Amino acid sequence: MPIHIIDRRLNPGGKSLENRQRFLRRAKSLVQGAVKKTSQERDIKDVLEGGEVTIPLDGMREPRFRREGGTRDMVLPGNKKFIEGDYLQRSGQGSAKDSGPGEGDGEDAFRFVLSRDEFVDLFLDDLELPDLAKRKVAQTESEGIQRAGYTTSGSPSNISIGRTVRRALARRIALKRPSKDELEELEAAIAACTDEDERVELVAQLEKLKVKSKRIPFIDPLDIRYRRFETVPKPVAQAVMFCLMDVSGSMSEHMKDLAKRFYMLLYVFLKRRYKHVEIVFIRHTDRAEEVDEQTFFYGPASGGTLVSSALQAMHEIVRERFNPSDWNIYAAQASDGDNSYSDGELTGMLLTDKILPVCQFFAYLEVGESGGSAFDLSDSSLWTLYDRLRNSGAPLSMRKVSERGEIFPVFHDLFQRRETAQEKAAP
Amino acid sequence: MTERLFEGADWDFHTLQRITDACEEVALKDLGLDVYPNQIEVITAEQMLDAYSSVGMPLFYKHWSFGKQFAYHEASYRKGLMGLAYEIVINSSPCISYLMEENTATMQTLVIAHAAFGHNHFFKNNYLFKQWTDADGILDYLDFAKKYVMQCEERYGRTEVERTLDAAHALMSHGIDRYPGKKKLDLREEEKRAGRRRQHEEEVFNDLWRTVPKGASKTRSAISLERRRKLLGLPQENLLYFLEKSAPRLAPWQRELLRIVRHIAQYFYPQSQTKVMNEGTATYVHYRIMTKLHEQGRITDGNFLEFLGSHTNVVFQPEFDDPRFSGFNPYALGFAMMQDIERIVTRPEDEDREWFPDIAGKNDVMGVLRDVWANYRDESFIAQFLSPKLMRQLRMFHLHDDPEERAGIRVDAIHDDRGFRRVRRELARQHDVGYIDANIEVVDVDLSGDRRLILHHHVIKGSQLNETDTKRVLQHLADLWTYDVSLIEVDANDKVLREYVVSPRPITAAA
Repeated sequence: MPIHIIDRRLNPGGKSLENRQRFLRRAKSLVQGAVKKTSQERDIKDVLEGGEVTIPLDGMREPRFRREGGTRDMVLPGNKKFIEGDYLQRSGQGSAKDSGPGEGDGEDAFRFVLSRDEFVDLFLDDLELPDLAKRKVAQTESEGIQRAGYTTSGSPSNISIGRTVRRALARRIALKRPSKDELEELEAAIAACTDEDERVELVAQLEKLKVKSKRIPFIDPLDIRYRRFETVPKPVAQAVMFCLMDVSGSMSEHMKDLAKRFYMLLYVFLKRRYKHVEIVFIRHTDRAEEVDEQTFFYGPASGGTLVSSALQAMHEIVRERFNPSDWNIYAAQASDGDNSYSDGELTGMLLTDKILPVCQFFAYLEVGESGGSAFDLSDSSLWTLYDRLRNSGAPLSMRKVSERGEIFPVFHDLFQRRETAQEKAAP
Repeated sequence: MTERLFEGADWDFHTLQRITDACEEVALKDLGLDVYPNQIEVITAEQMLDAYSSVGMPLFYKHWSFGKQFAYHEASYRKGLMGLAYEIVINSSPCISYLMEENTATMQTLVIAHAAFGHNHFFKNNYLFKQWTDADGILDYLDFAKKYVMQCEERYGRTEVERTLDAAHALMSHGIDRYPGKKKLDLREEEKRAGRRRQHEEEVFNDLWRTVPKGASKTRSAISLERRRKLLGLPQENLLYFLEKSAPRLAPWQRELLRIVRHIAQYFYPQSQTKVMNEGTATYVHYRIMTKLHEQGRITDGNFLEFLGSHTNVVFQPEFDDPRFSGFNPYALGFAMMQDIERIVTRPEDEDREWFPDIAGKNDVMGVLRDVWANYRDESFIAQFLSPKLMRQLRMFHLHDDPEERAGIRVDAIHDDRGFRRVRRELARQHDVGYIDANIEVVDVDLSGDRRLILHHHVIKGSQLNETDTKRVLQHLADLWTYDVSLIEVDANDKVLREYVVSPRPITAAA
């Protein structure tokens, strides 16, 4: 009987991908909720990790007719001491397991793992990014191809003829394969030979050489060399991202959440562009300090508001740790717009003279309460100041935001700029 | 001295070929097995997960619930909560066995003996599989089903198709013919027929509904209960079949989808009834083959010990008070019973002669076993062949839990002379699918009134349906029926315990 043994391992994977996508599509609102919740709890740096999410099973349930309750009979193995007619207490006895593996109870929440791409996709979806921008953010850096020596295997189109022939030649010489000239010479000698004994010897010699040249091929598979290529990441620099935030009492939880999403989005963008991204958190009231992420978002603080203190702190950190020639510097500032009146001039000066010249991008996000009516009244002191600077030509991105969907436009310039940079690079 | 099949743990495709040949020799010559041609496929862990999520089949139509399965298995596999099976075997001709690439050579031998010969023989010879499944046609039929579903999605929209499939899946466990009588399923013919049939059916007028719009008095007298039942083929416990044939407003393609789901459910029906026997057979076969290969010197002592380690894990049966206990392990029970039969046939005691006069001392082990494998299912197998000796060995006992009984759970019978038959009968009942699944059937349609579909659930031992799930399933049923559906739970004395009434969702009516 013929038996077929088949190697399926090389079949394209991801056969279940389509079903998985259908599942995600169906559970979209649930998964999105879970992603939103997870990303709120996560640190900024972890936003790009995939991860386990838990969704309620409602709506994803597959109902069946199931029976429950009633009198039950069961046969079990391992009787130790029971005899017919014994009664066992219902509680506390190992024998009285309540039910089989409960289909109903265990399944209320459904846990599964989202891949990194799926997670980022849903996260970006939640930010209501326009599709084009989404594609750009999601674009991974392409890798370049570079020659890297030779290899013994490869595709025929990559055969290095020069190298192959050279190796064949070396082998033929080493193994003393008779050359064409040698054979011809011998043949001529035979033709010219008159002595019978010598002739026989020469013919034998010729035969031997012919056999030898047959045995040693002109080109052996061993000789073949292929050009080897290696993918190398395109030279990427490192970037540092400064998160500046006003943490005075007037910033509400909602505002901080908006700010966090803003930082996350910037981080996602930078992470796609640079291999190494550092984040520095600077919070300020009337004093500024560098803190860790937890303290940044959740640590209590009180005091007045001096924006210049934060800019000063940033300037010092840049000078100490991030040399602008080695680092791409990005800064994102979130605030409710308050600043003490006397601080305006110093802030403007620091920004134009010290900060902006070293920054690739400086974004200012003015966050407001949900509903956003406050913005209609009048511009805040910080907004007025920055607006003036921008009008006089400073490269500032600024936006007022009170809902999640409004965050993205802040990055408009950033994406715009990237596009033109690419266009320039292309031709 | 025969040559070794392999050394150590490594294998390549030549090794697999040698292993398969060696197993085949033992299986056919020594055990006299009769198998479908084998096809062995080596797959990766990811592909195994793929197979898990489409009920083990190599191809299947697309549906979100399989994606859910995949996500679930993947999560638990990654966390290390779940190991993967060493193998999956498909009841088809040729019989396809999937082997995991990370198995050692010994494990591959075990798995080939187990699946490609043990399960394969069972699939080909057991009467249930012969009666209900069409091994030659299943792969083509699945291919047809996959394409058909895809075509429907293109033509009628994914949402519509998904809704129909959701409903069909919910009713899948009640889409099975339990009793033979109709002709054997020929899946190839099914596939050819599908196209012609649909067109024809669109033109055919359903005799049933012609009677409805006429005058009320005449209608009522014309359709007596008997006639109605006859027209509709009632009572009918195959809900999917009933809907396919009689639901008034389903589109032809929806009927075909119901039919596909029904056929697939039917294909798996024998497997759910023969878990103990199927695994018992395969385990017994792999044990015999491995032992023989070792005797022949084709497997080293070390590899044989590795095999014994895995084998022992597979047939491990925790006792009821063990935290690992979760019911009878079909491998353990099946293997123990097969070995017990071997003992009865070759070395019977007086007790065995009394209990099993037909087979005790007959000496032809494989003849007896092949006959058993061909002609029984779990329930009848246990009812017939569970011996007192094995009941004593496993120390079986029967508990009766009546919620009304204050004193607690009663020990009804144990492994003694008074209890053997009762324990055995009860264990056999636990393996009777007809007894485990809720007994639900369509009993009537209210033709003179609002076309309400009436179902009965015959409650056994006070075990009623889970409310939440039942409402959901009935909702699906009503959506397909497009009129109200009521389910009445009645006990053995026809006393009504509970009634559900569900109306179809408007969105389907509009479709």
